Amino acid sequence: MKTFRIGGVHPAENKLSAGKAIETLALPKQAVFPLSQHIGAPATAIVKKGDVVKVGTKIAEAGGFVSAAIFSSVSGKVNKVDAVIDASGYRKPAIFIDVDGDEWEESIDRSSTLVKECTLTPEQIVAKVKDAGVVGMGGACFPTHVKLSPPPGCKAECVIINAVECEPYLTADHRLMLEKADEVLVGVSILMKAAKVTKGYIGIENNKPDAIKLMTEKAAQYPGIEVVPLQVKYPQGGEKQLIDAVFGRQVPAPPAIPINVGAVVQNVGTAFAVYEAVQKNKPLFERVVTVTGKSVKNPSNFLTRMGTPMSQLIDAAGGLPEDTGKVIGGGPMMGKALVNTEVPICKGSSGVLIMNDKEAARAEAQPCIRCAKCVSVCPMGLEPFLLATLSAHKDWERVEKEDVMSCIECGSCQFTCPSHRYLLDYIRLGKGTVGGIIRARNAKK
Amino acid sequence: MANKLIVSLSPHVHSGDSVQKNMYGVLIALIPALLVSFYMFGLGAVVVTLTSVAACVFFEWAITKFILKRERSTICDGSAVITGVLLAFNLPSNLPLWIIIIGALVAIGIGKMTFGGLGCNPFNPALVGRIFLLISFPVQMTSWPLVQQWGSYTDAQTGATPLALMKMAVKGDVNALGQLPDTMSLFLGNNPGSLGEVSALALLLGLGYMLWKKIISWHIPVSILVTVFVFAGLMHWVDPVAYASPLAHLFTGGLMLGAIFMATDYVTSPMTHKGMIIYGVAIGFLTVVIRLFGAYPEGMSFAIFIMNAFTPLINTYCKPKRFGEVVKK
Amino acid sequence: MDLILVAVISLGAIGLIAAVILYAASKKFAVYEDPRIAQVSEVLPQANCGGCGYPGCSGFAGACVKAADAGSLEGKLCPVGGAPVMEKVAAILGLEAVAAEPKVAVVRCNGSCENRPRTALYDGAKSCAIAHATSGGETGCTFGCLGCGDCVEACQFDAIHMNPETGLPEVDEEKCTACGACSKACPRKIIEIRPKGKNNRRVVVMCVNKDKGAVANKACKASCIGCGKCVKVCPFEAITLENNLAYIDPAKCKSCRKCEQECPKGAIQAINFPPRKPKVEAPAGEAATKPAATKPAAAKVETPKVEVPKAEAPKAPEAPKAEA
Repeated sequence: MKTFRIGGVHPAENKLSAGKAIETLALPKQAVFPLSQHIGAPATAIVKKGDVVKVGTKIAEAGGFVSAAIFSSVSGKVNKVDAVIDASGYRKPAIFIDVDGDEWEESIDRSSTLVKECTLTPEQIVAKVKDAGVVGMGGACFPTHVKLSPPPGCKAECVIINAVECEPYLTADHRLMLEKADEVLVGVSILMKAAKVTKGYIGIENNKPDAIKLMTEKAAQYPGIEVVPLQVKYPQGGEKQLIDAVFGRQVPAPPAIPINVGAVVQNVGTAFAVYEAVQKNKPLFERVVTVTGKSVKNPSNFLTRMGTPMSQLIDAAGGLPEDTGKVIGGGPMMGKALVNTEVPICKGSSGVLIMNDKEAARAEAQPCIRCAKCVSVCPMGLEPFLLATLSAHKDWERVEKEDVMSCIECGSCQFTCPSHRYLLDYIRLGKGTVGGIIRARNAKK
Repeated sequence: MANKLIVSLSPHVHSGDSVQKNMYGVLIALIPALLVSFYMFGLGAVVVTLTSVAACVFFEWAITKFILKRERSTICDGSAVITGVLLAFNLPSNLPLWIIIIGALVAIGIGKMTFGGLGCNPFNPALVGRIFLLISFPVQMTSWPLVQQWGSYTDAQTGATPLALMKMAVKGDVNALGQLPDTMSLFLGNNPGSLGEVSALALLLGLGYMLWKKIISWHIPVSILVTVFVFAGLMHWVDPVAYASPLAHLFTGGLMLGAIFMATDYVTSPMTHKGMIIYGVAIGFLTVVIRLFGAYPEGMSFAIFIMNAFTPLINTYCKPKRFGEVVKK
Repeated sequence: MDLILVAVISLGAIGLIAAVILYAASKKFAVYEDPRIAQVSEVLPQANCGGCGYPGCSGFAGACVKAADAGSLEGKLCPVGGAPVMEKVAAILGLEAVAAEPKVAVVRCNGSCENRPRTALYDGAKSCAIAHATSGGETGCTFGCLGCGDCVEACQFDAIHMNPETGLPEVDEEKCTACGACSKACPRKIIEIRPKGKNNRRVVVMCVNKDKGAVANKACKASCIGCGKCVKVCPFEAITLENNLAYIDPAKCKSCRKCEQECPKGAIQAINFPPRKPKVEAPAGEAATKPAATKPAAAKVETPKVEVPKAEAPKAPEAPKAEA
């Protein structure tokens, strides 16, 4: 069984909602659309208070090349353009829309028939993906059209679809593959066409045997697509780890990116979004979100309109338990702890994880015993104990020298540390500061 | 939302591993060797072990509380118990109590707490204690009681260890090697020596347990053992009369104990696999050099001690292989 | 006897040879350094705090000598030694000292535990920088003090401490040298290095919240809600309102304290002023700044030494920018 070569851990999988079919969530009363739901420049609002919008109406324009447009997921009236606390915990500008009915833009094909044929040229596909505001659905939210437009001098050799879902608890991608296998595969074919390659791999971890079986069977009808079963190991869903596991190549240290080794990595949710955007004219305004947690009454997978407050999803899954200590947007390894449950669902929200007080509390940090477990689990071959110590001492020069910028913030080091040290807290601080120093240095040049 | 939500950076889950678990894991791995020592040396072994552990734990508690004035005591993490057991394992079973207590004081007080406690010490505390005693009380520390005198303590009869015989052989005594116990009894531990070092089998069981529980990685013990085997084998091949067979080297003295429990001490060993192998090879080499050419019959503790000092240097120069450094397939 | 003689002679010879080598090396590899740098270094406090903007005291001394060769010491200030030290430096370099107004660190947040109810719990490394990156903080205010004490750690003069009751840092004005380390360490730029003001008295907006009024109001009892009343009432146009936040320009402020009275939230504070007497004396412009008999304890700081340069050079100090 294939897997990546360096480090890795195996957290308890806890895929509580794996057997639950995707349910469609009711419309929210008010939908909120933060303007920065993706990496890159925030979008610019093109609606104002009082404007009437339909489902699928563009409400914000991309703010640059590395940026994405935002579409309304509801029909109704724009209430205001104000600030809302998003997953980062800070107030960011957002569009508030009061929901009234469910009227869709006429251009969207709402039928469920599978459209296999795609006659568009690669350039047309990229333009359409861009116009639909599609971004990476795995969590990082990198605009998809940017990944499909390789920088000069680079040539893609294959498309790798990330269906690993290595985060514990989350099952959104797993359910999507089981229920929309054909759509996903057509999406992959379109992505391959757009990237001008003939080879596509779908990497699935071995803990989803049903998805591997189904996808392998269906993939036979689509030329060039191969399903690659992978050993269960975190962080296999990391872009670089996945390329290593599937393609056997390692992306060099930053600033190198996957395209430098000829790979274009897309999430399975992105493939589905691309299918809908290209074949059904449907911009990205809804996604599958897992609501889960050991204390949650009814862990579920919901097809949710963007902008729905998380509290509504939690209520639909049985309500917020009394002893809730932490609500996490995303999975337990890389998700963000939220300050309240009114945070809206965005393009990158793959799950809502609820932890009780006991699970949520971190143990007290003890002195480092230099057991080197963090070193052996680091998937990037770094020395987390050293980076954390140097960051705490603010020795930024050495932090940079020790390759802090290679860190993918997967959290394996802190997960495994027997002394419960806050390794990643400090490494993030170091990475952030060094990143700033590097940007300042590049700006000077 | 009645209760306040907790916010913290990811990861939000933990493997559940802890310092205590690792330390108690090592203690469990020490049990077979402990039982063998009780069987071989009887009352003496029990007294020495209990004294050493009690003294180590007491000194750690007292120093934490009265000298460092820290609120949280660290004795619960089990590291002081390990130091106590390892120190006892390095002592002959007829050692008087007061010497053991001095050893424990040096091990914990000078070897560990002076540097700030667990995680900060450059040298393995038990080794510091042992080497201090070996140099200060050479007579008591090198008179090894014969095995299976269950009821005796300081009054036990003593005899020459296999290592002493091997040293005599190197010095020119052509009959010395002939007096060595056979390899099987060396392997099982039926020969005089320090408490815990006699039975290679029991120590290997401990190694197996620690590898299975992923408390340590294989790199250090294997590299030490292989180096000793190869180097001693080479010497044996050159002159079988003066130099004992490599298996005899492997199964005698503190080699197994050192390679499995002392050299693998988290705090004082290198952090990367590459570094661990360099460290292990160097220890193995130094051990054989001291055994064959040095003044002392046993070189394990000195070899580990010397390499402990080199650990920071090894850490500085042996970086793990970064992701992406690998050449394309 | 022989032994001693041999020892003395051989050691003496070794010493002699070494001395010759050392002498030769010191001549051959000598690096010329302006002797004034060493002289200037000598009068500097040698705290190496970097508050002057140079790497340590010797770096600053070098910069001063260079500046002196160019003709003026303007812009060079040792925040620790202040005017007295700068005068000595100027004397060594044969120049007039450029007087600078003494400054002090001001913590512009009054979001104490009482004023700012906690809405979440932060659980992580005790570092403001990390807490800042984690989320908006434990309260509804995403601009205010995080209370982990990065500023306390940054201070080399033991001049800033957390008050466990309010959860906010407090500056010990006697010890503060205005080196700016705390201000740099604060990830939210709450701490401002402000002129000490006449008689050590100053009027400051104790808030950096840029949220809209309603949001800021809900998050903290002592927040600036950007109502603009202070701007209107200020007779000297010293207050500006930007992004829902008022800022008092210390260069223009005449410490009349009208704004303090006008602020509906109590976000504007007058520091080190005597307690207000009912009506008569209070808002009478400059009058309030006269050394009053009821000087509070903290105002003792002003030694005559500090006063001298202020009186001689009433230059307008650089107005610190409101942090973006």
